[in-house]
Amino acid sequence: MANKKSSIKKKPYGKAILFGLIVSVLYFTLLTNQGLINANFTRGGLYALLPIATAFIFSFFHGSFTSAFWTVLGVEARKKKEVK
Amino acid sequence: MHDVVTQVSNFIDLTSMNMLYLFFVGFVGGLVSGFIGSGGAFVLTPGMMSLGVPGLVAVASNMCHKFPKALVGAIKRAKYGQVDVKLGLIMGASAEAGVLYGAHIQESIKRSFGDVGSNLYVSVAFVVVLAIVGGYVLRDAFKTQKAGNSHAEEKVTNLARRVQSIHIPGTMMYFKSLNAKVSVLFTIPLGFATGMLAATIAVGGFIGVPAMIYVLGAPSLMASASELVIAFVMGIGGSFKYALHGFVDIRLSMIILAGSLFGIQLGAIGTTYVKPFMIKLVMGLIMVIVLFSRGLMVPVYLSQLGVIQTLSETTTKLLKTTSFAIMLIALLTGALIVLKALWKGLREEKLQHSAKEVLEHGKI
Repeated sequence: MANKKSSIKKKPYGKAILFGLIVSVLYFTLLTNQGLINANFTRGGLYALLPIATAFIFSFFHGSFTSAFWTVLGVEARKKKEVK
Repeated sequence: MHDVVTQVSNFIDLTSMNMLYLFFVGFVGGLVSGFIGSGGAFVLTPGMMSLGVPGLVAVASNMCHKFPKALVGAIKRAKYGQVDVKLGLIMGASAEAGVLYGAHIQESIKRSFGDVGSNLYVSVAFVVVLAIVGGYVLRDAFKTQKAGNSHAEEKVTNLARRVQSIHIPGTMMYFKSLNAKVSVLFTIPLGFATGMLAATIAVGGFIGVPAMIYVLGAPSLMASASELVIAFVMGIGGSFKYALHGFVDIRLSMIILAGSLFGIQLGAIGTTYVKPFMIKLVMGLIMVIVLFSRGLMVPVYLSQLGVIQTLSETTTKLLKTTSFAIMLIALLTGALIVLKALWKGLREEKLQHSAKEVLEHGKI
């Protein structure tokens, strides 16, 4: 029984929904404030950090979302094949 | 500053069709990058330009989606034990220098011969590098497939064995992907060449990955995964440089990133289901197809420079359209092979799992 339970892996529905919501908010903010964002992000100098920071933030949340998304759909890596 | 203002005022209006197009090309590019460590950029930059994005903004925005994509891909593949972070960082540092030098050469050519001269240089670099390296990689992949030993472990080339055997005191460094010590005096020029190619044709991995496989002796899976670290290092430096001058259109970068992160996860997962020669096969095929695409553009630039007879407008347009279409075909071919391999692998895994469950159930 214990074996059977451990063989059924829980799918990360919660993670996919949470990160999906955060990503939606991020993209909604980006697309509804295009003028303001472009005006500030292209000022050059120290403002150059803004697009870099944005890329990191989006990659963290969207990366986590896409990972959970494919896992929920059952697309996962092969278990035993690792390069050593 | 004037340039910055001009570029900013040239930022395009985003329509839903534009966004869908960028998302899709981003997805396909990400899929290929997750699998072979690079690719996609050569389609994305001209793809954005076809929407009316100025060249420099297209290059900058592409780069700003590339480094977060490479980061996510590298983390994913590191989970499968495929990344040699040390090799990636060491080569990435010298690649950064190569990018700066490559950009400098580009600027000099542009100053002396104008835009057409610069385009001709890029196309010739594409054709020469892809013909030599792409041809070799593809030949090697076909040889492995024909020999029927695609299951066997990859052999370290004679060249790599020689490189690994050369001991230069004070410069030796152990790399886990090679399971050997190699002098950094070998990795530095390879990284530099990767960066130079990245600055010229936007895909440094076409030199970086084969160099790690054939010259240093890394397995294909580890070479393609470590290339993502190199791409991250090069991408972040390049993006910052362009952002300092206000050339990054973050909306474009993030829309492409939206698609490419879906793709890169799939590409990375795909590597766990394939035999190593498949990495070489996909990379070699893309390189050779792209070679034809760029080759078609050489007569156009030669004619514009007055080296050959002037081509008619219709011929020029036809060559340009065909060239872009072939480039798209290259990317789609790579993506389809990756998807097919992934689909096959997942199905086999499922069947094996079901069989195992039936057996276990039977025992009880």
